[in-house]
Amino acid sequence: MLRIFLAVIRRDLMLAFRQRMDVMNTLLFFVVVVTIVPLGVGADPNLLRAIAPGVVWVAALLAAVLSLQRLFASDNQDGTLEQMLLAGEPLTVIVLGKVVAHWLVTGIPVTVISILLALMFDIDRDAALTLCLSLATGTPVLSFLGAVGASLTLSLRGAGVLISLLVLPLYIPVLILGAGAAEAVASGLDGTPYLLLLAALSLLAMVLTPWAIAAALRISIE
Amino acid sequence: MAAEGTGINWYKYSAPHTFYPLAGRLIPWFAGLALVFCLVGLYIGFFVAPTEARQGEAYRIIFIHVPAAWMSMFTYVVMALWAALGLAFNTRLSSMMASALAPTGALMTFIALWTGALWGRPTWGTYWVWDARLTSELILLFLYFGFLALEAAIEDTRRADRACAVLALVGVVNVPIIYFSVKWWNTLHQGATVSLESAPRMATTMLAGMAMLALGFWMYCIAAALHRVRSIILERERRADWVRGVT
Repeated sequence: MLRIFLAVIRRDLMLAFRQRMDVMNTLLFFVVVVTIVPLGVGADPNLLRAIAPGVVWVAALLAAVLSLQRLFASDNQDGTLEQMLLAGEPLTVIVLGKVVAHWLVTGIPVTVISILLALMFDIDRDAALTLCLSLATGTPVLSFLGAVGASLTLSLRGAGVLISLLVLPLYIPVLILGAGAAEAVASGLDGTPYLLLLAALSLLAMVLTPWAIAAALRISIE
Repeated sequence: MAAEGTGINWYKYSAPHTFYPLAGRLIPWFAGLALVFCLVGLYIGFFVAPTEARQGEAYRIIFIHVPAAWMSMFTYVVMALWAALGLAFNTRLSSMMASALAPTGALMTFIALWTGALWGRPTWGTYWVWDARLTSELILLFLYFGFLALEAAIEDTRRADRACAVLALVGVVNVPIIYFSVKWWNTLHQGATVSLESAPRMATTMLAGMAMLALGFWMYCIAAALHRVRSIILERERRADWVRGVT
């Protein structure tokens, strides 16, 4: 089982590496969204400092949603997904591998680049670090819950908008906790409880959603 | 499959063509009860219940707001339950019940939000606050919309049923979060009005009025869902022989 898990991750990472621009696009989208916010709300440093964690997290949510359509779509088109369903290996493990790979190519880059964005918003070092940590612990939920939406809307027309509609409301607890962590640190409080809750949500999503994703894939591909 | 000789045959009504006439017979009862309970509840709420000390007359909107909010959350759970039954036992009627409940649940959520806004204006001085409960009620509305949107996007009804079932089950995890969110983020909103832990702080007449309206809303939701499920049955079974006999 571990072998198939690692094989799926290796395959998806290699595919992502071969099509680097797809990964880069998501990351660029994330940076662009964060960048246009000051242009919309004004460049008052105090205001920007206050809204920075929320803005970064909202942008992370949107970037995750945008990248989701790709998760199963190309495998579905070339028939790989069907083979995965037919394979003797448990589908939940294959799905787990795919989602982890998705997180590695979207969640991790977003987390890394967020340090740079935090500097642009001039938030202090501890808050920036907490923001980064909250993204690292929270983005797995985005990939796992998002994969449920992606598998349910597989090969539907207008799937992109539909995924956002299904998934964004479910993301809200993560958004609240993630942005809350950095805001708590910025106002001199302890951010650890937020991070622990985020980690708990991540683990919960990791345990429960692969079953839902596997079921949804079987429903979508009859 | 039928459990014969054990009194009532419960499986009999799990088939759409036997449930259709049963639902038709039940609807007038539930609709009638809904009307009676709502009228009695509104009478108690608006004419019998005393004026509240701090909020004055404005509090009376609670009689509609709270039952609607209860039903909005409860309907989602019931919907998820039907959807789960449909997914587990592959029964057509269960999935039809789930899709029949969704619009009613969305309506209840909308009423709860709307009355909440009208209640918030005189008591808090604003129609909307970004409070945990209000926000999570709004999220619930989005969950209902997501369910309806997914159902509408999939043409094959059997696939739509099962995809929506998975979505409802994932979403139902959110309902407890809504309920406990009040403890997570304590803000402007007052705590739970009726708590099971301590004795009710409301006057007995207020409680009676609210109970009546809650019952009335229950009956309305059942009647509306049954009415809608009859339409869904007709639509989906339109090629069956018995439907031609009905219409």
